[in-house]
Amino acid sequence: MSAPTKPIDIKQSLVDAVIAGLLALIVFGPIVGIVLDGYGFNLQPGRVAVLVGVVVVGRFFMSLFLQTPKGVAIAQSFESSGSGVHVLPPGYKTRLRFIIPLMILIAVIFPIFADKYVLTVVILGLIYVLLGLGLNIVVGLAGLLDLGYVAFYAIGAYGLALGYQYLGLGFWSALPLAAIAAALAGCILGFPVLRMHGDYLAIVTLGFGEIIRLVLNNWLSFTGGPNGVAVPAPTFFGLEFGRRAKDGGIPIHEYFGFEYNPDLKFIFIYTVLFLVVLAVLYVKHRLTRMPVGRAWEALREDEIACRSMGLNHVLVKLSAFTIGASTAGLAGVFFASYQGFVNPTSFTFFESALILAIVVLGGMGSTVGVVIAAFVLTVAPELLRSFAEYRVLLFGILMVLMMIWRPRGLIRISRTGVQPRKGVLANVEGA
Amino acid sequence: MDGIFLQQMVNGLTLGSVYGLIAIGYTMVYGIIGMINFAHGDVYMISAYLAAIGLAVLSFFGVESFPFLILGTLIFTIVVTGVYGFVIERVAYKPLRNSTRLAPLISAIGISLILQNYAQIAQGPRQQGVPTLLEGAMRFDVGSGFVQITYTKIFILIAAFVGMGVLTYIIKYTKLGRMCRATQQDRKMASILGINTDRVISYVFVIGAAMAALAGVLITMNYGTFDFFAGFVIGIKAFTAAVLGGIGSLPGAMLGGLILGVAESQFSGLINSDYKDVFSFGLLVVILIFRPQGLLGRPLVAKV
Repeated sequence: MSAPTKPIDIKQSLVDAVIAGLLALIVFGPIVGIVLDGYGFNLQPGRVAVLVGVVVVGRFFMSLFLQTPKGVAIAQSFESSGSGVHVLPPGYKTRLRFIIPLMILIAVIFPIFADKYVLTVVILGLIYVLLGLGLNIVVGLAGLLDLGYVAFYAIGAYGLALGYQYLGLGFWSALPLAAIAAALAGCILGFPVLRMHGDYLAIVTLGFGEIIRLVLNNWLSFTGGPNGVAVPAPTFFGLEFGRRAKDGGIPIHEYFGFEYNPDLKFIFIYTVLFLVVLAVLYVKHRLTRMPVGRAWEALREDEIACRSMGLNHVLVKLSAFTIGASTAGLAGVFFASYQGFVNPTSFTFFESALILAIVVLGGMGSTVGVVIAAFVLTVAPELLRSFAEYRVLLFGILMVLMMIWRPRGLIRISRTGVQPRKGVLANVEGA
Repeated sequence: MDGIFLQQMVNGLTLGSVYGLIAIGYTMVYGIIGMINFAHGDVYMISAYLAAIGLAVLSFFGVESFPFLILGTLIFTIVVTGVYGFVIERVAYKPLRNSTRLAPLISAIGISLILQNYAQIAQGPRQQGVPTLLEGAMRFDVGSGFVQITYTKIFILIAAFVGMGVLTYIIKYTKLGRMCRATQQDRKMASILGINTDRVISYVFVIGAAMAALAGVLITMNYGTFDFFAGFVIGIKAFTAAVLGGIGSLPGAMLGGLILGVAESQFSGLINSDYKDVFSFGLLVVILIFRPQGLLGRPLVAKV
């Protein structure tokens, strides 16, 4: 504890600022200031001056602020990592019990008012919610860093596309099959890998994700390579959503005798997707309260302790990895039918990083946080089209800042405490 | 002997020596703080830009002779990339020293995204290039074919081995090297004995970045082109090399780099060049599954 009466040392702040400025000049000077143009270059000193100025001023004020009592308190709060789960008093009723029905109500009414554009954005948001929830089980709950998560997403999407092309599968048969296929792939990859040291998992999954993408890209005769594959439109009990039936089916608006609506396909995808998201939310909610869910979190916090308590760490990790993978498979099927077309450019490492950013921002293990973060990170780029080129930069800065500021995410995981039953207590006291 | 085999051997050794240089950065950082520095590949990418900028500026000021040109570019690139390594460690990893296990990894991914986008915004998304500096090649007739070794490749091999030699000397015989090794063996004990471990960690990042800078200059000389995404694939491959040789082991990183470079070149020359990245990544997965401690590494034992 430093004494709060310590005077503010402006000279020290100035020195800090000058050093930071010099470093910034070396770092930004060449790359930002000298723009390559063929084998020659153009000078752009203005941009460097702005960046260096921002760094100097920022560092100066940061240094001053960290000397104030409030700053000292903040700096000390970084030193302690804090516990993972915030325990609420027993019998605590969360406000979510009002919010969830409200959200469901909004979600049900919403398609009536939405136009096609809004609908597609929301579908995309929901797909990322699904992906975020799946990865949250793997990264947030089980603490396994999966950087090739997009591979399972690709397996789901290509499962529908190739399944239709070669086996004649439709949306409904592909949905469970893709989830199973992705889970199997997760199992096959995870079983040998999960035995080893945690950090290696990140690299192996990264390699696996790239392998899947490269194979999809290079295997022209089977996957169509960079040209991609067309995906069939979904059907509703054999009824199609097109204006005219394609393969001898009946369009849904003729069968039920209402006006043709071109958005109907998206409303249908939205509805099914929303139900699937609700189901996944429910399953995840239950899983975290089951022994396996507790085991995930325990393993994340201390693997050695868990293993010495007799927990089979491979099986526990594998269950998290597999469930996460199958969720991505589901999301892939929705993505494919939403786009009507898949190609390997949708499954780059950047997608994995984006899903990871959702999980990190939402809070590791927090369901509500992930749902909000998924919408923020997918809808915000739509609103901020003019900042599109800075999108990745912002994600990166966000990830670093979040790790420094709140490594466990914006929303703290909280869990209602348990009160022992009275009889149990009496027995303990009597003994 | 088959001409193609020998030719790919030469290509593989050149490529592998450069992989080894980048792998050093991974292996040293992992050895000292047990963290996979995901942004290292992108540090290499930044150094490629710096190399091109250095060459362009030096040519602009009329430096024409190869030794001055390459020496100036090397010094410039290594110094600036070293500063990058220092700043990245200070900003993104140092505040996380006592955080959760995943935090530095995720922060490193963030830095990797930042560097890629930063280079893209600052320099534009198009591919960049440098002129050929060393013209000419040696040719040998072998059986029905021939083997061609460009002077650039010879220069790369020599420079890479000199770089590795200097680093080995520093780590083995200097005070800084002793401090690095002490910190690697037991960080807490080293700091009790009066070593400023935070500073040593900074040095390790700077050394890693400097090696990546040397690799950046050499690869840019060899291929002539690069873009802002170049760090990703080379980063994974260099990491594969580090794991192959045994992560945490310096000679392992160099050996792993050479083996990976040769294996990849032979695969692309003799079997299929479309799948050479798949081959390397597949090799990574297989090594991690069957021999995670690598060729020269010791098995990891977790202590409570």
